[in-house]
Amino acid sequence: MSTVRPVVTLGRRMPLIRYLLFRVLGAIPTLLAIVTISFFLIRFAPAGPFDRARALPADVVANLDAAYGLDRPLWQQYTSYLRDLAHGDFGPSFRYKDFSVTELIREGFPVSATLGAIAIAIALVGGVGVGVVAALNHGRFVDHATIGLSVVAIAVPSFVLLPALGLLFGIELHWLPVAGWDPTSIRDYVLPVTTLCLPPLAYIARLTRASMIEVMRSAYVRTAFAKGLPLRTIVLKHALRPALIPVASYLAPAVAMTMTGSLVVETIAGLPGIGRYLVQGALNRDYTLVLGMVIVYSTLLIAMGLVVDLLIAALDPRIRLEA
Amino acid sequence: MNPPPDGRAPRASGVWRDALRRLGRSRAALGAASALAFLVVLAILGPHLNPNRYDAIDWSCIAMPPGLEHAHWWGTDALGRDLFVRTLLGTRISLAVGLLATLVSLLVGIVYGAVAGYAGGSVDHLMMRVIEILAGLPLIFFVILLTVVFGRSEYLLFAAIGAIGWLTMARIVRGQTLAIREREFIQAAVATGAGPVRILFRHVVPNVIGPVIVYATLTVPQIILFESFLSFLGLGIQEPQASLGTLIASGASEMESAPWMLLIPSAVLAILLISFHLLGDALRDALDVGDL
Repeated sequence: MSTVRPVVTLGRRMPLIRYLLFRVLGAIPTLLAIVTISFFLIRFAPAGPFDRARALPADVVANLDAAYGLDRPLWQQYTSYLRDLAHGDFGPSFRYKDFSVTELIREGFPVSATLGAIAIAIALVGGVGVGVVAALNHGRFVDHATIGLSVVAIAVPSFVLLPALGLLFGIELHWLPVAGWDPTSIRDYVLPVTTLCLPPLAYIARLTRASMIEVMRSAYVRTAFAKGLPLRTIVLKHALRPALIPVASYLAPAVAMTMTGSLVVETIAGLPGIGRYLVQGALNRDYTLVLGMVIVYSTLLIAMGLVVDLLIAALDPRIRLEA
Repeated sequence: MNPPPDGRAPRASGVWRDALRRLGRSRAALGAASALAFLVVLAILGPHLNPNRYDAIDWSCIAMPPGLEHAHWWGTDALGRDLFVRTLLGTRISLAVGLLATLVSLLVGIVYGAVAGYAGGSVDHLMMRVIEILAGLPLIFFVILLTVVFGRSEYLLFAAIGAIGWLTMARIVRGQTLAIREREFIQAAVATGAGPVRILFRHVVPNVIGPVIVYATLTVPQIILFESFLSFLGLGIQEPQASLGTLIASGASEMESAPWMLLIPSAVLAILLISFHLLGDALRDALDVGDL
């Protein structure tokens, strides 16, 4: 829902190592604030992790609370959670018996991250390609078709797209499996990755098209044409780099979102990722699991924000890194 | 402002008149605007044209395909409820929810962004830091907690979604305000002794409204889509009420045996979203605000 704007501005050049150090240290208070807000928000929500349709006996609940440390004052639970977190321990899950949150995430994250990374890579290459072609044909049929199709791709919800693709390619044509997961079989990846990559692909195509149209109108591109350079050189060597800056800004939230897994896609396709943990954890008041997922998401988002800022500085030599 | 001597209404300002003219020349904008107007009218009047009620079960017509020879023009769902009435009612609710949440995000975002940009310095720094922290939290996490607190009051829930979905809007307004702050007419206003609140709302906000309008037209479809995702999780609009999202979610499970249950609400949603996007794009070109 929100796009991250680059925080780099014109200014004095700074050594890269110092810049990185500044940014990493600056991220720690942000993460701490995010953990604190989430911790208290989920705690102040009504109901608890051990509420069932049929209430448990009071002494059972008391024993459970004692076992998970819920009987201590809230601020003590908070400080001990932070202490464990500093040691890389996300605590035990409240709903997945005998699993720690660290184990759950360690098992599921590679699945979600692999699918997400492939989807984003396809979206980036495909989206930029489609966007450039549309921009070069600005106002013609190819352009209008791109805009129309991209809106459709953004508008179709994944819980419609994935079952529809499954129906067509799985049940009618028997080309691909509808659901299931074998990490070594590429055929299992096709439908979930397609569903995951279409909306960001369409969005990247629109961003690329809009900024490419701007850049192609600029004076230096006109100069390049006047010098008689071939279109291919002008597009690839001169126009594309600045046109990619809005795409780079969009990448940070897109990567964080896609790599932490999609609840819809993973549930429908039966994939053992982490996409369902955030929603399920919040609904079940599985306190530690929700917090673990929030931390994974926001760490990824902040890290990607840094990568994107470096990327933008590389794309636009006028921008200097500044903490 | 004094009216001109011949009594005509004062002329619209140049920028807006030019933008309106450019908008009128765009076929995509006209098409999108008329499609939206048609859907709004249909959503308001449509349910009254058909004798069926949105929650009435017709036992003789369970899962009836669409057709004009019977009273269920767009067919019925798996419970025998009329899909014409339910789809239009769903359109009404989806539109209301999208507009409501967008309006709230507009109000909060404009005030927050304008204050941050105009105050500048450490206030700006602090306010942007808060946005950075809030943007680091996944939206769905907030929304699930809100559904717990607000429960069945859908409109309150979506007002709340708007109230936490204002981050991008605030960023846009702040950026524009930063650019405007140094302009001569602001200095002139300061020189005449206008206070900060008056300068903010008389001089700054009217000048950042272009990008805000464009972004708002793109926010409405985002909220409508987000509502459909929430409904898929069972957290959005509750039965027997319907939104386009709930209709699509229940239609998706019947897509093999009764494809119209999925296709009809999907088509309406697609038209709605495409129209908003085309209108937003045309507005962006007409107001010349660059990419957002």
